[in-house]
Amino acid sequence: MFDPNVLGEIYRREAGRCTATMVRLLGDVDLAEDAVAEAFAIAAQRWPVDGVPPNPGGWITTTARNRGIDRLRRERQRDGRHRAAALVHDPEPVTHMDLGDLDVLPDDQLRLIFLCCHPALAPDTQVALTLRLLGGLETPEIARAFLVPEATMAQRIVRAKRKIRDNNVAYRVPPASVLPDRLPPVLAALYLIYNEGHTASIGTELTRPDLSGEAIRLARVLGELMPDEPEVKGLLALMLLSDARRPARTASAGSIVRLGEQDRTLWDRTLIDEGHGLVRECLRRDASGPYQLQAAIAAVHTDAPTAAATDWGQIVALYDQLHQLQPNDIVALNRAIAIGELRGPADALAAIESLALENYHLFHATRAELLARLTRIDEAQAALERAIALTTNATEVRHLQHRLRALAHLTSS
Amino acid sequence: MTQYLLSVWPDWEIGMPEPAVVERMYAQVDAFNAELQSAGAWVFGGGLHPPASATVVRAADGGVSMTDGTYAEAKEQIGGFWIITAPDLDAALAWAHKGAVACEGPVEVRPFQDDTA
Repeated sequence: MFDPNVLGEIYRREAGRCTATMVRLLGDVDLAEDAVAEAFAIAAQRWPVDGVPPNPGGWITTTARNRGIDRLRRERQRDGRHRAAALVHDPEPVTHMDLGDLDVLPDDQLRLIFLCCHPALAPDTQVALTLRLLGGLETPEIARAFLVPEATMAQRIVRAKRKIRDNNVAYRVPPASVLPDRLPPVLAALYLIYNEGHTASIGTELTRPDLSGEAIRLARVLGELMPDEPEVKGLLALMLLSDARRPARTASAGSIVRLGEQDRTLWDRTLIDEGHGLVRECLRRDASGPYQLQAAIAAVHTDAPTAAATDWGQIVALYDQLHQLQPNDIVALNRAIAIGELRGPADALAAIESLALENYHLFHATRAELLARLTRIDEAQAALERAIALTTNATEVRHLQHRLRALAHLTSS
Repeated sequence: MTQYLLSVWPDWEIGMPEPAVVERMYAQVDAFNAELQSAGAWVFGGGLHPPASATVVRAADGGVSMTDGTYAEAKEQIGGFWIITAPDLDAALAWAHKGAVACEGPVEVRPFQDDTA
Protein backbone atom coordinates (compact mmCIF):
# COMPACT_ATOMS: atom_id res chain seq x y z
CA MET A 1 0.00 0.00 0.00
CA PHE A 2 1.43 3.39 -0.99
CA ASP A 3 1.54 5.91 1.83
CA PRO A 4 0.94 9.39 0.32
CA ASN A 5 2.88 10.96 3.21
CA VAL A 6 6.03 9.34 1.83
CA LEU A 7 5.94 11.61 -1.20
CA GLY A 8 5.59 14.71 1.00
CA GLU A 9 8.50 13.61 3.15
CA ILE A 10 10.70 12.96 0.15
CA TYR A 11 9.68 16.30 -1.29
CA ARG A 12 10.75 18.11 1.90
CA ARG A 13 14.04 16.26 1.97
CA GLU A 14 14.98 16.28 -1.70
CA ALA A 15 13.29 19.22 -3.47
CA GLY A 16 15.90 21.83 -2.48
CA ARG A 17 18.84 19.55 -3.23
CA CYS A 18 17.38 18.56 -6.57
CA THR A 19 16.53 22.16 -7.52
CA ALA A 20 20.11 23.15 -6.70
CA THR A 21 21.46 20.53 -9.09
CA MET A 22 18.95 21.40 -11.80
CA VAL A 23 19.87 25.10 -11.72
CA ARG A 24 23.45 24.05 -12.49
CA LEU A 25 22.52 21.57 -15.22
CA LEU A 26 19.80 23.65 -16.88
CA GLY A 27 21.26 27.10 -16.26
CA ASP A 28 17.98 28.70 -15.28
CA VAL A 29 16.03 28.89 -12.02
CA ASP A 30 12.56 28.72 -13.59
CA LEU A 31 13.46 25.77 -15.79
CA ALA A 32 14.92 24.02 -12.75
CA GLU A 33 11.81 24.59 -10.64
CA ASP A 34 9.52 23.39 -13.42
CA ALA A 35 11.63 20.29 -14.00
CA VAL A 36 11.60 19.36 -10.31
CA ALA A 37 7.83 19.97 -10.06
CA GLU A 38 7.27 17.81 -13.13
CA ALA A 39 9.42 15.01 -11.69
CA PHE A 40 7.38 14.99 -8.48
CA ALA A 41 4.14 15.02 -10.49
CA ILE A 42 5.34 11.94 -12.38
CA ALA A 43 6.35 10.30 -9.10
CA ALA A 44 2.86 10.92 -7.72
CA GLN A 45 1.44 8.95 -10.66
CA ARG A 46 4.00 6.14 -10.87
CA TRP A 47 5.01 5.37 -7.32
CA PRO A 48 1.56 4.23 -6.13
CA VAL A 49 1.64 1.69 -9.00
CA ASP A 50 5.34 0.78 -9.31
CA GLY A 51 6.31 1.31 -5.68
CA VAL A 52 8.81 3.81 -4.27
CA PRO A 53 12.22 3.38 -5.96
CA PRO A 54 15.16 2.35 -3.77
CA ASN A 55 16.85 5.75 -4.24
CA PRO A 56 13.93 8.20 -4.49
CA GLY A 57 16.16 11.30 -4.53
CA GLY A 58 18.21 9.91 -7.42
CA TRP A 59 15.02 8.96 -9.27
CA ILE A 60 13.64 12.49 -8.90
CA THR A 61 16.94 14.06 -9.98
CA THR A 62 17.22 11.84 -13.07
CA THR A 63 13.61 12.41 -14.07
CA ALA A 64 13.86 16.17 -13.53
CA ARG A 65 17.08 16.31 -15.50
CA ASN A 66 15.70 14.39 -18.48
CA ARG A 67 12.52 16.44 -18.51
CA GLY A 68 14.46 19.68 -18.21
CA ILE A 69 16.87 18.78 -21.01
CA ASP A 70 13.97 17.74 -23.25
CA ARG A 71 12.39 21.09 -22.72
CA LEU A 72 15.63 23.00 -23.29
CA ARG A 73 16.04 21.19 -26.62
CA ARG A 74 12.49 21.95 -27.69
CA GLU A 75 12.92 25.61 -26.79
CA ARG A 76 16.22 25.85 -28.60
CA GLN A 77 14.76 24.33 -31.73
CA ARG A 78 11.89 26.78 -31.53
CA ASP A 79 13.94 29.85 -30.66
CA GLY A 80 16.98 28.89 -32.67
CA ARG A 81 19.16 30.32 -29.97
CA HIS A 82 20.68 29.39 -26.68
CA ARG A 83 19.05 30.26 -23.44
CA ALA A 84 21.39 31.31 -20.66
CA ALA A 85 24.15 29.98 -22.86
CA ALA A 86 26.98 30.75 -20.49
CA LEU A 87 25.63 28.41 -17.85
CA VAL A 88 24.13 25.52 -19.74
CA HIS A 89 25.87 22.20 -20.08
CA ASP A 90 24.38 19.92 -22.64
CA PRO A 91 24.48 16.47 -21.19
CA GLU A 92 22.78 13.51 -22.82
CA PRO A 93 19.68 12.24 -21.07
CA VAL A 94 20.62 9.35 -18.83
CA THR A 95 18.88 6.25 -17.61
CA HIS A 96 18.09 5.83 -13.95
CA MET A 97 20.77 3.18 -13.75
CA ASP A 98 23.56 5.53 -14.81
CA LEU A 99 23.08 8.45 -12.55
CA GLY A 100 23.50 7.29 -8.98
CA ASP A 101 24.58 10.26 -6.93
CA LEU A 102 27.55 11.06 -9.13
CA ASP A 103 25.94 14.01 -10.77
CA VAL A 104 24.73 15.63 -7.59
CA LEU A 105 27.51 17.86 -6.32
CA PRO A 106 27.20 18.74 -2.64
CA ASP A 107 28.30 22.24 -3.58
CA ASP A 108 25.10 22.72 -5.56
CA GLN A 109 23.11 23.58 -2.45
CA LEU A 110 25.82 26.01 -1.40
CA ARG A 111 25.71 27.64 -4.86
CA LEU A 112 21.96 27.97 -4.52
CA ILE A 113 22.15 29.52 -1.02
CA PHE A 114 24.60 32.12 -2.29
CA LEU A 115 22.44 32.76 -5.35
CA CYS A 116 19.30 33.26 -3.23
CA CYS A 117 21.16 35.54 -0.80
CA HIS A 118 23.04 37.56 -3.40
CA PRO A 119 23.59 41.06 -2.01
CA ALA A 120 22.03 42.55 -5.17
CA LEU A 121 18.69 41.21 -3.84
CA ALA A 122 16.82 42.88 -0.96
CA PRO A 123 16.98 41.00 2.38
CA ASP A 124 13.23 40.16 2.30
CA THR A 125 13.67 38.77 -1.19
CA GLN A 126 16.69 36.72 -0.13
CA VAL A 127 14.64 35.09 2.60
CA ALA A 128 11.71 34.39 0.29
CA LEU A 129 13.88 32.87 -2.43
CA THR A 130 15.79 30.73 0.06
CA LEU A 131 12.56 29.30 1.44
CA ARG A 132 11.13 28.75 -2.01
CA LEU A 133 14.14 27.22 -3.78
CA LEU A 134 15.98 25.47 -0.96
CA GLY A 135 13.14 24.88 1.47
CA GLY A 136 10.66 23.79 -1.17
CA LEU A 137 7.97 26.00 0.40
CA GLU A 138 5.11 27.15 -1.80
CA THR A 139 4.63 30.88 -2.37
CA PRO A 140 1.37 31.06 -0.30
CA GLU A 141 3.16 29.47 2.68
CA ILE A 142 5.99 32.01 2.44
CA ALA A 143 3.50 34.87 2.09
CA ARG A 144 1.65 33.69 5.22
CA ALA A 145 4.87 33.34 7.18
CA PHE A 146 5.91 36.91 6.41
CA LEU A 147 2.62 38.76 6.65
CA VAL A 148 2.57 39.66 2.99
CA PRO A 149 -0.33 39.23 0.55
CA GLU A 150 0.17 36.22 -1.69
CA ALA A 151 0.21 38.32 -4.89
CA THR A 152 2.92 40.57 -3.44
CA MET A 153 5.07 37.60 -2.51
CA ALA A 154 4.54 35.95 -5.89
CA GLN A 155 5.59 39.14 -7.64
CA ARG A 156 8.63 39.52 -5.38
CA ILE A 157 9.79 36.00 -6.26
CA VAL A 158 9.12 36.40 -9.99
CA ARG A 159 11.04 39.69 -10.07
CA ALA A 160 13.96 38.20 -8.18
CA LYS A 161 14.23 35.26 -10.56
CA ARG A 162 14.06 37.64 -13.52
CA LYS A 163 16.74 39.86 -11.99
CA ILE A 164 19.01 36.85 -11.54
CA ARG A 165 18.51 35.83 -15.18
CA ASP A 166 18.76 39.33 -16.71
CA ASN A 167 21.87 40.18 -14.75
CA ASN A 168 23.60 36.90 -15.54
CA VAL A 169 24.30 36.19 -11.87
CA ALA A 170 26.94 33.46 -11.65
CA TYR A 171 25.97 30.12 -10.11
CA ARG A 172 28.97 29.49 -7.94
CA VAL A 173 30.32 29.52 -4.43
CA PRO A 174 31.98 32.93 -4.02
CA PRO A 175 35.79 32.81 -3.89
CA ALA A 176 37.42 33.23 -0.49
CA SER A 177 38.42 36.82 -1.28
CA VAL A 178 34.81 38.05 -1.34
CA LEU A 179 33.40 35.61 1.21
CA PRO A 180 33.57 38.13 4.09
CA ASP A 181 31.03 40.24 2.14
CA ARG A 182 28.94 37.39 0.82
CA LEU A 183 28.53 35.15 3.87
CA PRO A 184 26.84 37.64 6.27
CA PRO A 185 23.66 38.04 4.15
CA VAL A 186 23.36 34.24 3.94
CA LEU A 187 23.64 33.91 7.72
CA ALA A 188 21.24 36.82 8.23
CA ALA A 189 18.64 35.21 5.95
CA LEU A 190 18.86 31.88 7.77
CA TYR A 191 18.60 33.62 11.13
CA LEU A 192 15.55 35.59 9.95
CA ILE A 193 13.89 32.35 8.87
CA TYR A 194 14.78 30.80 12.22
CA ASN A 195 13.45 33.74 14.19
CA GLU A 196 10.18 33.78 12.32
CA GLY A 197 9.80 30.14 13.33
CA HIS A 198 10.95 30.83 16.90
CA THR A 199 8.38 33.58 17.50
CA ALA A 200 5.96 33.93 14.62
CA SER A 201 5.27 37.58 13.88
CA ILE A 202 1.58 36.87 13.48
CA GLY A 203 -0.96 34.18 14.21
CA THR A 204 -2.17 32.26 17.19
CA GLU A 205 0.76 29.85 17.52
CA LEU A 206 3.85 31.19 19.25
CA THR A 207 6.23 29.10 17.17
CA ARG A 208 6.35 27.74 13.63
CA PRO A 209 8.62 24.72 14.00
CA ASP A 210 8.50 24.12 10.24
CA LEU A 211 10.37 27.39 9.62
CA SER A 212 12.84 27.05 12.49
CA GLY A 213 13.45 23.43 11.50
CA GLU A 214 14.14 24.44 7.91
CA ALA A 215 16.58 27.15 9.04
CA ILE A 216 18.43 24.59 11.16
CA ARG A 217 18.52 22.11 8.28
CA LEU A 218 19.99 24.74 5.96
CA ALA A 219 22.51 25.88 8.59
CA ARG A 220 23.62 22.23 8.92
CA VAL A 221 24.07 21.98 5.16
CA LEU A 222 26.07 25.21 5.24
CA GLY A 223 28.15 23.94 8.16
CA GLU A 224 28.97 20.65 6.41
CA LEU A 225 29.96 22.46 3.23
CA MET A 226 31.91 25.26 4.93
CA PRO A 227 33.46 23.57 7.97
CA ASP A 228 36.09 26.29 8.39
CA GLU A 229 33.70 29.19 8.90
CA PRO A 230 33.29 29.74 12.65
CA GLU A 231 30.29 32.05 12.25
CA VAL A 232 28.38 29.28 10.45
CA LYS A 233 29.02 27.03 13.45
CA GLY A 234 28.05 29.88 15.77
CA LEU A 235 24.75 30.40 13.98
CA LEU A 236 23.93 26.68 14.02
CA ALA A 237 24.79 26.49 17.75
CA LEU A 238 22.65 29.55 18.48
CA MET A 239 19.68 28.02 16.67
CA LEU A 240 20.10 24.61 18.32
CA LEU A 241 20.37 26.09 21.81
CA SER A 242 17.28 28.26 21.26
CA ASP A 243 15.36 25.38 19.76
CA ALA A 244 16.30 23.12 22.67
CA ARG A 245 14.18 25.35 24.94
CA ARG A 246 11.11 25.28 22.69
CA PRO A 247 9.26 22.48 24.56
CA ALA A 248 9.44 24.53 27.77
CA ARG A 249 8.50 27.89 26.25
CA THR A 250 4.76 27.27 26.26
CA ALA A 251 2.51 25.79 28.94
CA SER A 252 -0.19 23.25 28.15
CA ALA A 253 -2.75 26.01 27.53
CA GLY A 254 -0.40 27.55 24.93
CA SER A 255 0.65 30.44 27.17
CA ILE A 256 4.25 31.71 27.31
CA VAL A 257 6.59 30.51 30.05
CA ARG A 258 9.49 32.92 30.59
CA LEU A 259 13.07 31.66 30.66
CA GLY A 260 13.39 32.03 34.43
CA GLU A 261 10.26 29.97 35.07
CA GLN A 262 10.77 27.24 32.48
CA ASP A 263 10.86 23.59 33.49
CA ARG A 264 14.44 22.86 32.48
CA THR A 265 13.84 19.11 32.42
CA LEU A 266 11.78 19.75 29.28
CA TRP A 267 14.76 21.20 27.44
CA ASP A 268 16.08 18.97 24.67
CA ARG A 269 19.38 17.59 25.99
CA THR A 270 20.46 16.21 22.60
CA LEU A 271 20.22 19.64 20.98
CA ILE A 272 21.91 21.27 23.98
CA ASP A 273 24.82 18.81 23.86
CA GLU A 274 25.27 19.39 20.14
CA GLY A 275 25.07 23.18 20.62
CA HIS A 276 27.55 23.15 23.52
CA GLY A 277 29.94 21.05 21.43
CA LEU A 278 29.81 23.63 18.64
CA VAL A 279 30.32 26.52 21.08
CA ARG A 280 33.38 24.76 22.50
CA GLU A 281 34.78 24.34 18.98
CA CYS A 282 34.24 28.05 18.38
CA LEU A 283 35.93 28.98 21.65
CA ARG A 284 38.94 26.87 20.69
CA ARG A 285 39.32 28.87 17.47
CA ASP A 286 39.01 32.10 19.43
CA ALA A 287 37.63 34.04 16.47
CA SER A 288 34.68 35.81 17.99
CA GLY A 289 31.82 36.93 15.78
CA PRO A 290 28.26 38.02 16.54
CA TYR A 291 26.67 34.59 16.09
CA GLN A 292 29.34 32.83 18.11
CA LEU A 293 28.90 35.33 20.95
CA GLN A 294 25.12 34.93 20.93
CA ALA A 295 25.59 31.15 20.92
CA ALA A 296 27.97 31.46 23.88
CA ILE A 297 25.30 33.47 25.75
CA ALA A 298 22.71 30.79 24.97
CA ALA A 299 25.22 28.19 26.18
CA VAL A 300 25.59 29.94 29.55
CA HIS A 301 21.80 29.85 29.94
CA THR A 302 21.46 26.21 28.95
CA ASP A 303 24.41 25.30 31.18
CA ALA A 304 22.60 26.47 34.34
CA PRO A 305 20.67 23.68 36.09
CA THR A 306 18.33 26.30 37.61
CA ALA A 307 17.53 29.90 36.71
CA ALA A 308 19.10 31.03 40.00
CA ALA A 309 22.36 29.31 39.07
CA THR A 310 22.74 31.39 35.85
CA ASP A 311 26.16 33.00 35.57
CA TRP A 312 24.91 36.53 34.84
CA GLY A 313 28.39 38.01 35.20
CA GLN A 314 29.53 35.86 32.28
CA ILE A 315 26.46 36.83 30.26
CA VAL A 316 27.02 40.56 30.82
CA ALA A 317 30.68 40.13 29.78
CA LEU A 318 29.60 38.37 26.55
CA TYR A 319 27.02 41.08 25.83
CA ASP A 320 29.76 43.70 26.34
CA GLN A 321 31.79 41.98 23.60
CA LEU A 322 28.74 41.65 21.37
CA HIS A 323 27.88 45.31 21.83
CA GLN A 324 31.39 46.24 20.77
CA LEU A 325 30.96 44.27 17.53
CA GLN A 326 27.36 45.36 16.98
CA PRO A 327 26.74 48.64 18.78
CA ASN A 328 22.97 48.67 18.20
CA ASP A 329 20.05 49.27 20.53
CA ILE A 330 18.64 45.73 20.43
CA VAL A 331 21.93 44.34 21.74
CA ALA A 332 22.01 47.14 24.33
CA LEU A 333 18.49 46.16 25.47
CA ASN A 334 19.44 42.52 25.95
CA ARG A 335 22.63 43.56 27.72
CA ALA A 336 20.53 45.72 30.06
CA ILE A 337 18.30 42.74 30.92
CA ALA A 338 21.40 40.82 31.99
CA ILE A 339 22.59 43.85 33.99
CA GLY A 340 19.19 43.85 35.69
CA GLU A 341 19.80 40.29 36.86
CA LEU A 342 23.38 40.97 37.93
CA ARG A 343 23.15 44.42 39.52
CA GLY A 344 19.44 45.11 39.93
CA PRO A 345 16.60 46.84 38.04
CA ALA A 346 17.70 50.45 38.70
CA ASP A 347 20.98 49.98 36.79
CA ALA A 348 19.17 48.18 33.99
CA LEU A 349 16.53 50.91 33.69
CA ALA A 350 19.24 53.58 33.50
CA ALA A 351 20.89 51.57 30.72
CA ILE A 352 17.78 51.42 28.53
CA GLU A 353 16.24 54.88 28.96
CA SER A 354 18.27 56.41 26.13
CA LEU A 355 17.57 53.62 23.59
CA ALA A 356 15.66 54.58 20.45
CA LEU A 357 13.33 51.56 20.46
CA GLU A 358 10.03 53.37 20.85
CA ASN A 359 8.29 51.05 18.35
CA TYR A 360 9.73 47.75 19.60
CA HIS A 361 7.31 45.83 21.82
CA LEU A 362 10.01 44.06 23.80
CA PHE A 363 11.57 47.40 24.77
CA HIS A 364 8.34 48.41 26.52
CA ALA A 365 7.79 44.94 27.98
CA THR A 366 11.33 44.99 29.42
CA ARG A 367 10.84 48.50 30.80
CA ALA A 368 7.58 47.36 32.40
CA GLU A 369 9.29 44.46 34.16
CA LEU A 370 12.07 46.69 35.48
CA LEU A 371 9.61 49.36 36.65
CA ALA A 372 7.48 46.70 38.36
CA ARG A 373 10.54 45.41 40.21
CA LEU A 374 11.15 48.99 41.38
CA THR A 375 7.44 49.06 42.47
CA ARG A 376 6.74 51.93 40.07
CA ILE A 377 3.48 50.20 39.17
CA ASP A 378 1.66 53.00 37.32
CA GLU A 379 4.57 53.51 34.95
CA ALA A 380 4.93 49.73 34.53
CA GLN A 381 1.27 49.48 33.52
CA ALA A 382 1.63 52.27 30.97
CA ALA A 383 4.69 50.55 29.49
CA LEU A 384 2.86 47.22 29.27
CA GLU A 385 -0.07 48.84 27.51
CA ARG A 386 2.32 50.32 25.00
CA ALA A 387 3.95 46.89 24.53
CA ILE A 388 0.56 45.23 23.94
CA ALA A 389 -0.39 47.81 21.33
CA LEU A 390 2.80 47.01 19.39
CA THR A 391 2.60 43.19 19.60
CA THR A 392 1.23 41.17 16.67
CA ASN A 393 1.58 37.59 17.92
CA ALA A 394 -1.63 36.55 19.73
CA THR A 395 0.18 34.36 22.28
CA GLU A 396 2.55 37.17 23.17
CA VAL A 397 -0.41 39.57 23.53
CA ARG A 398 -2.13 37.19 25.95
CA HIS A 399 1.07 36.87 27.95
CA LEU A 400 1.44 40.65 28.26
CA GLN A 401 -2.23 41.06 29.18
CA HIS A 402 -1.74 38.48 31.89
CA ARG A 403 1.20 40.51 33.23
CA LEU A 404 -0.93 43.64 33.14
CA ARG A 405 -3.68 41.97 35.20
CA ALA A 406 -1.08 40.79 37.72
CA LEU A 407 0.13 44.38 38.11
CA ALA A 408 -3.43 45.67 38.49
CA HIS A 409 -3.90 43.10 41.22
CA LEU A 410 -0.82 44.49 42.99
CA THR A 411 -2.21 48.04 43.03
CA SER A 412 -5.66 47.03 44.23
CA SER A 413 -4.38 44.88 47.13
CA MET B 1 29.42 37.84 -21.56
CA THR B 2 26.82 40.43 -20.69
CA GLN B 3 26.91 44.17 -21.22
CA TYR B 4 26.06 46.40 -18.29
CA LEU B 5 25.31 50.08 -17.96
CA LEU B 6 27.15 51.62 -15.03
CA SER B 7 25.62 55.04 -14.41
CA VAL B 8 26.73 57.69 -11.94
CA TRP B 9 24.09 59.51 -9.90
CA PRO B 10 25.35 62.60 -8.12
CA ASP B 11 23.14 64.91 -6.09
CA TRP B 12 23.22 68.06 -8.24
CA GLU B 13 21.62 70.27 -5.60
CA ILE B 14 24.71 70.24 -3.44
CA GLY B 15 26.52 72.08 -6.25
CA MET B 16 29.85 71.52 -7.91
CA PRO B 17 32.67 70.42 -5.63
CA GLU B 18 35.86 72.45 -5.17
CA PRO B 19 38.09 72.63 -8.28
CA ALA B 20 40.76 70.59 -6.53
CA VAL B 21 38.19 67.86 -5.82
CA VAL B 22 36.97 67.92 -9.44
CA GLU B 23 40.54 67.57 -10.64
CA ARG B 24 41.14 64.65 -8.29
CA MET B 25 37.97 62.91 -9.52
CA TYR B 26 38.92 63.43 -13.18
CA ALA B 27 42.32 61.88 -12.54
CA GLN B 28 40.73 58.93 -10.72
CA VAL B 29 38.17 58.38 -13.48
CA ASP B 30 40.90 58.56 -16.15
CA ALA B 31 42.82 55.86 -14.32
CA PHE B 32 39.64 53.74 -13.97
CA ASN B 33 38.90 54.14 -17.70
CA ALA B 34 42.40 53.00 -18.54
CA GLU B 35 41.95 49.95 -16.30
CA LEU B 36 38.63 49.06 -17.97
CA GLN B 37 40.28 49.38 -21.39
CA SER B 38 43.34 47.29 -20.60
CA ALA B 39 41.11 44.58 -19.08
CA GLY B 40 39.01 44.48 -22.25
CA ALA B 41 35.86 45.43 -20.31
CA TRP B 42 35.43 48.90 -21.85
CA VAL B 43 32.71 49.44 -24.46
CA PHE B 44 31.96 53.15 -24.09
CA GLY B 45 31.75 55.84 -21.44
CA GLY B 46 31.72 59.52 -20.72
CA GLY B 47 30.69 62.35 -18.42
CA LEU B 48 27.60 64.48 -19.11
CA HIS B 49 27.03 68.21 -18.86
CA PRO B 50 24.79 69.29 -15.92
CA PRO B 51 21.03 68.45 -15.93
CA ALA B 52 20.16 72.03 -16.96
CA SER B 53 21.66 71.21 -20.37
CA ALA B 54 19.00 68.52 -21.00
CA THR B 55 15.97 68.70 -23.34
CA VAL B 56 13.11 66.19 -23.42
CA VAL B 57 11.60 65.49 -26.85
CA ARG B 58 8.19 63.87 -27.34
CA ALA B 59 6.56 62.73 -30.55
CA ALA B 60 3.04 64.18 -30.56
CA ASP B 61 0.41 63.85 -33.30
CA GLY B 62 2.97 63.58 -36.06
CA GLY B 63 4.80 66.62 -34.69
CA VAL B 64 7.21 67.18 -31.88
CA SER B 65 7.04 68.84 -28.46
CA MET B 66 10.02 69.78 -26.35
CA THR B 67 10.51 70.63 -22.72
CA ASP B 68 13.48 72.28 -21.11
CA GLY B 69 15.31 70.22 -18.49
CA THR B 70 15.49 66.57 -17.45
CA TYR B 71 12.69 64.02 -17.76
CA ALA B 72 12.45 63.10 -14.07
CA GLU B 73 12.21 65.84 -11.48
CA ALA B 74 14.71 64.57 -8.95
CA LYS B 75 17.72 66.15 -7.38
CA GLU B 76 19.74 63.08 -8.32
CA GLN B 77 20.30 62.99 -12.07
CA ILE B 78 22.61 60.94 -14.22
CA GLY B 79 26.04 62.53 -14.40
CA GLY B 80 27.90 60.08 -16.58
CA PHE B 81 28.10 56.43 -17.48
CA TRP B 82 30.14 53.50 -18.67
CA ILE B 83 29.01 50.60 -20.80
CA ILE B 84 31.09 47.58 -19.94
CA THR B 85 31.18 43.93 -20.85
CA ALA B 86 31.62 41.39 -18.05
CA PRO B 87 31.31 37.62 -17.60
CA ASP B 88 28.66 37.93 -14.87
CA LEU B 89 27.04 40.28 -12.35
CA ASP B 90 29.72 39.82 -9.70
CA ALA B 91 32.37 41.01 -12.16
CA ALA B 92 30.17 43.99 -13.12
CA LEU B 93 29.61 44.84 -9.45
CA ALA B 94 33.34 44.73 -8.81
CA TRP B 95 33.87 47.23 -11.67
CA ALA B 96 31.03 49.38 -10.28
CA HIS B 97 32.75 49.41 -6.89
CA LYS B 98 35.94 50.72 -8.50
CA GLY B 99 33.90 53.24 -10.50
CA ALA B 100 32.14 54.49 -7.36
CA VAL B 101 35.49 55.00 -5.66
CA ALA B 102 36.85 56.83 -8.72
CA CYS B 103 33.94 59.24 -9.21
CA GLU B 104 33.13 59.49 -5.47
CA GLY B 105 29.41 58.86 -6.00
CA PRO B 106 26.86 56.05 -6.20
CA VAL B 107 26.91 53.86 -9.34
CA GLU B 108 23.85 51.99 -10.63
CA VAL B 109 24.41 48.68 -12.43
CA ARG B 110 21.89 47.56 -15.05
CA PRO B 111 22.18 44.78 -17.60
CA PHE B 112 21.51 45.27 -21.30
CA GLN B 113 18.80 43.09 -22.80
CA ASP B 114 20.74 40.95 -25.21
CA ASP B 115 23.83 38.82 -24.99
CA THR B 116 25.43 40.93 -27.68
CA ALA B 117 29.00 40.11 -26.82
